[in-house]
Amino acid sequence: MRVWRRLRNAPLGMICLCFLLAVVALALCAPLAAPWDPTAIDVRNKFAAWSLAHPLGTDQLGRDVLSRLIWGGRATLGFSLLTMGITLFIGSGLGIVAGFCRGKVDETIMRFCDVMMSFPSEVLILAIVGMLGPGLGNVVIASVIAKWPWYTRMVRSVVMQYTDVNYVRFARVAGCGMWHIFRRHLLPGALGEIIVLATLDTGSVILSVSALSFLGLGVQPPTAEWGAMLSDAKDIMSMYPQQMLPAGLTILLVVAAFNFLGDSLRDALDPAPTTLQGVSL
Amino acid sequence: MKAYILRRLLLTIPLLLGISFVSFVIIQLSPSDPAEVVVRVNEIEPTDEVVAITREQLGLNKPFLTRYADWMCAVAQGDLGRRYVDNKPVAQELARALPPTVWLALTSTLFMAVCSVGMAFVCAMYEGRTVDYLLRGFIFLGTATPGFWAGLLLMWLFSVKLNWLPTSGMQGASSVILPAVTLSLTYISTYARLLRNSMVQNKQKNSVLYARARGLTRGMIWRHIFRNSLQSTLTGLGMSLPKLMAGTFVVETIFAWPGLGWLCVTAIFNRDFPVIQAYVLLMAVMFVGCNLLVDILCAVIDPRLRARGQA
Repeated sequence: MRVWRRLRNAPLGMICLCFLLAVVALALCAPLAAPWDPTAIDVRNKFAAWSLAHPLGTDQLGRDVLSRLIWGGRATLGFSLLTMGITLFIGSGLGIVAGFCRGKVDETIMRFCDVMMSFPSEVLILAIVGMLGPGLGNVVIASVIAKWPWYTRMVRSVVMQYTDVNYVRFARVAGCGMWHIFRRHLLPGALGEIIVLATLDTGSVILSVSALSFLGLGVQPPTAEWGAMLSDAKDIMSMYPQQMLPAGLTILLVVAAFNFLGDSLRDALDPAPTTLQGVSL
Repeated sequence: MKAYILRRLLLTIPLLLGISFVSFVIIQLSPSDPAEVVVRVNEIEPTDEVVAITREQLGLNKPFLTRYADWMCAVAQGDLGRRYVDNKPVAQELARALPPTVWLALTSTLFMAVCSVGMAFVCAMYEGRTVDYLLRGFIFLGTATPGFWAGLLLMWLFSVKLNWLPTSGMQGASSVILPAVTLSLTYISTYARLLRNSMVQNKQKNSVLYARARGLTRGMIWRHIFRNSLQSTLTGLGMSLPKLMAGTFVVETIFAWPGLGWLCVTAIFNRDFPVIQAYVLLMAVMFVGCNLLVDILCAVIDPRLRARGQA
């Protein structure tokens, strides 16, 4: 709650949060919010200029760009958040097990993580999608496989750091159960760090999902998706360069908002002047 | 020192074994039967008999571990298999695609180093002034910009609109500029930010105060601050070359750059599994190699790390 109060005092962080909530809400009510059907083709009306009927114009097949953006948010944001959710679940689960059990279990999990982390994650994602075949579902599977070791290692180190704290030792001596210690003493401390990292990382997941769709490995046409829209815009760039703007700017704004929110959350959790280290995952 | 290097080298061996195993397993993920893919790619009607013969030829009917051992022996001898599409050796294709990617990555690294150091210097010197805020805003946007979009915008501006640089392909020296700039944009933001913050912190150190009290020139003081700040960034910079090489596939596809990433993306659409496998293996081995090199270099520079490594 204290964190929430501090976050509320960071106006830019709040703006980012509201913006992201609005984007998610728009994507969730896409059937109601979108003025047109995102896949309805109207070739006679292609490359329409910005107007009241089509606020952002139409694309090379006469499809309404605004509606495609809103529906595209469903694909891009939905699958990015799904990826983060699954990764967090697997990563935290294994990290907690490794940090708590130590010994052989810890050793096995961590050696496996080491191997997985020696692959550059972009390459691993590309290769797994390449093997499973194009499709957004496969992009999610590939991203989770490439990302979970990083979260496992981070959660493990956080758990280990907190198990050595005196109050946890005391709780153990006092005869508290494992679950009680975990819930009351470990989780509150660890949760903040995990949330900050996950928020910062969501931006990079969005970038990677849309990049794969841009290459034709994610969403398959005619489904609307931000990266795929840019791929369409690429082919007609010399005649209609303005087609590149809506989807590109949307990705930029959403990713920037996630990054900024992550920074604000970090400041809110740890009010001491923090060093902004680039978190690369 | 020798003991440290030996230890690090020995630790790498199980890692490499693990990498080779994962690279081998990845190819098994494919939902389609490789033998059938080979038959289809060569435009032969995939009857059961033909598929069975192909499977026999590729050795796919052997048990899993035997195949892994066979594959490992072949890889150790530099044989990465043959392409499904035209039956050419994969190693030869990789060797042909490697120089363009290295060339692209080196140019990007150079560009990245110059820009991030320059920006960090300006930001740290004018900390809290307008220039600092503007550049930091630019850096912040840089981390959020999709690389492929930046590439498209640059291509439109410099190739289509101004017609200064070629849109795609690798003809002449100038064709490397656009892909290299696109590739380095994200990394510039990361490193400029790291270096700036490190410099701002070092500026407040007592040693700087003392240097100022001693009456050193501004240039000398900034040189001290820079050298002290560089250490924390050096590890990141050292790893940036393999990272850049791994991240090239999007940029290479946009600019039709005939490098490794492009080779892999084309292979994915052709369902040419051996190429994808070889690409993953090569990238991971390079990653581990660079990591090792950076660790050893850091230990050479800073003896404290050596002691920590032995503990």
